[in-house]
Amino acid sequence: MSVTLEDPRIVEFDVRTDEMLVNMGPQHPSTHGVLRLLLRTDGEIVNEVTPHLGYLHRCAEKIGENLSPVQWIPYTDRMDYLAGMNMNLGMSLAVEKLVGMELPEKAVVLRVLIAELNRIASHLVGMGAYGLDLGTFSPFLYAFREREIILDLFEEACGARLTYSYLTVGGATHDLPTTIPIPPGLASLTHRSPNLKLSWLEAVSMFLDWLEPRIKEYHTLLTRNHIFIKRTAGLGILSREDAIDFGCTGPVLRGSGVDWDLRRDGDPIYTKMYDDFDFDVPVAPFTDAPREAVLGDNWCRFYVRMMEVAQAIRLVRQAIEKYPTAEGTHRVPHKMATKLPKDECYLETECPRGAMGFYFVGNGEVNPLRARAKSSCFCNLAPTAPLCEGFLLADIPAVVGSLDIVMGEIDR
Amino acid sequence: MNAEEILNLLVDEFGNEKITGSNLEAIDPWVEVSAGSIEEVSRLLKTDDRLQFDHLNNLCGADYFEVDEKKKAKFGHEPHVEVVYHLTSYSLRHKITIKVCVPRWKDDKEGELPDVPTVSTVWKIADWHEREAFDLVGINFVGHPNLNRILCAEDWVGHPLRKDYEFPLEYHGIRGK
Repeated sequence: MSVTLEDPRIVEFDVRTDEMLVNMGPQHPSTHGVLRLLLRTDGEIVNEVTPHLGYLHRCAEKIGENLSPVQWIPYTDRMDYLAGMNMNLGMSLAVEKLVGMELPEKAVVLRVLIAELNRIASHLVGMGAYGLDLGTFSPFLYAFREREIILDLFEEACGARLTYSYLTVGGATHDLPTTIPIPPGLASLTHRSPNLKLSWLEAVSMFLDWLEPRIKEYHTLLTRNHIFIKRTAGLGILSREDAIDFGCTGPVLRGSGVDWDLRRDGDPIYTKMYDDFDFDVPVAPFTDAPREAVLGDNWCRFYVRMMEVAQAIRLVRQAIEKYPTAEGTHRVPHKMATKLPKDECYLETECPRGAMGFYFVGNGEVNPLRARAKSSCFCNLAPTAPLCEGFLLADIPAVVGSLDIVMGEIDR
Repeated sequence: MNAEEILNLLVDEFGNEKITGSNLEAIDPWVEVSAGSIEEVSRLLKTDDRLQFDHLNNLCGADYFEVDEKKKAKFGHEPHVEVVYHLTSYSLRHKITIKVCVPRWKDDKEGELPDVPTVSTVWKIADWHEREAFDLVGINFVGHPNLNRILCAEDWVGHPLRKDYEFPLEYHGIRGK
């Protein structure tokens, strides 16, 4: 809350003291990784915020210039490591756009299924970690309990739990497994035998049936919690104009009231994946928002994410239905040493944290002349300074947390 | 508007001295703008009622240069550095790519960064993107309010995305190779 006390003496004695420089981070728990915010504080009030990035910088773009795009996929996993599948998808689609590749229906449905399931996992962490920032521990534990099952399912599909490299140029590396042992977490939560064997799609379905009613509980626990609303609603207000000017994307943009989702409004090669799927795009303002909420505040950004989880569940359900009858294979062959044409293309996809863009310049060689990864969190972090300045020190985790950043993606 | 209409509009407004080239057959059609006029072109792109490019998707630099002597004949580009701007209009739902080409070094003096006017006065996010392009590719954005390194350490030497960049063998006592 911005401080405007009428009696200047109270401000002098109670709130303002001497100016002080404070380093918040790079190891502060609420900066979501290694972000350093250099704060110029006056007592409890923050007068100036300067973000310092780059602690995780490994120049992934330079590495990309020295590898073929297929070899670069494992590096994209490590950008937004909470949504590795979405990173793989974005990069693969950009290469497919460059070389002009058509995918069979089965590969497309598989990609939608996997990408949306990863979106659920990613938003669950976003929700849990935001609770932690605001001082409540239990939503975090619930979120990780749920996410664990998704990771188990991904492990069955591709062998990895975090850095998947599963979606690749031409489709996915493997087809979905047929029979798997039930993930231990799912067995105990749904009171089933831990020895149960079932198909992968059945396990996902069973998980979604279990997860869907829980979302209402999260809303009771966190979204509608009185303290949570006091800490988030009406704070960190990012106007529609600023959100666009700062290049914000994803839930941050939609939380400020811009109706734009790349799955519906993006590049044709991307939107046609979602043509046969029904889903809504949640955009602030919400009719069921608490009285204190303002368009573009922390609460709206958080609520957009929670609503997206429900939409992602819808999408995964539709994909499960389509998958068994989808035609074609899960992968069209693409040689690692395919020479890239002398052309260039830029493609953005809707990742959980916003629009992740990949830009490739081909020059008739196997390696691209330029491989660029435009990070969504990089742009979403840019308005931090105007959002935090003039507010209390304790509100900074609430604002930075609501932007939901992953430093691995910002620093690349 | 499609790319051809946007190109025609820009040529009408600025003439062929400022709009120096285009490729409408590319996967993402692009228009090349002379370095000196990028700021005024950007301002028109953003504010004109027919264009309304309010969203700067991406801004990045690219180094067109081949280090390997044997491959130079096949390279197919004159050595230069490009700044690429990807734009989208939320209200009119069209997009365009703008390019600015400058020599690799200002006045051919190695180490002197080429000048490109800043567009951070047009789109706020260009501030950070330009800092990144300065840091990694080595482009001097003239008029930028705070042109410092953003990803590399402040005292880093060189610009890693230059093709002839050499990885340092030592940094503050830490051995490189």
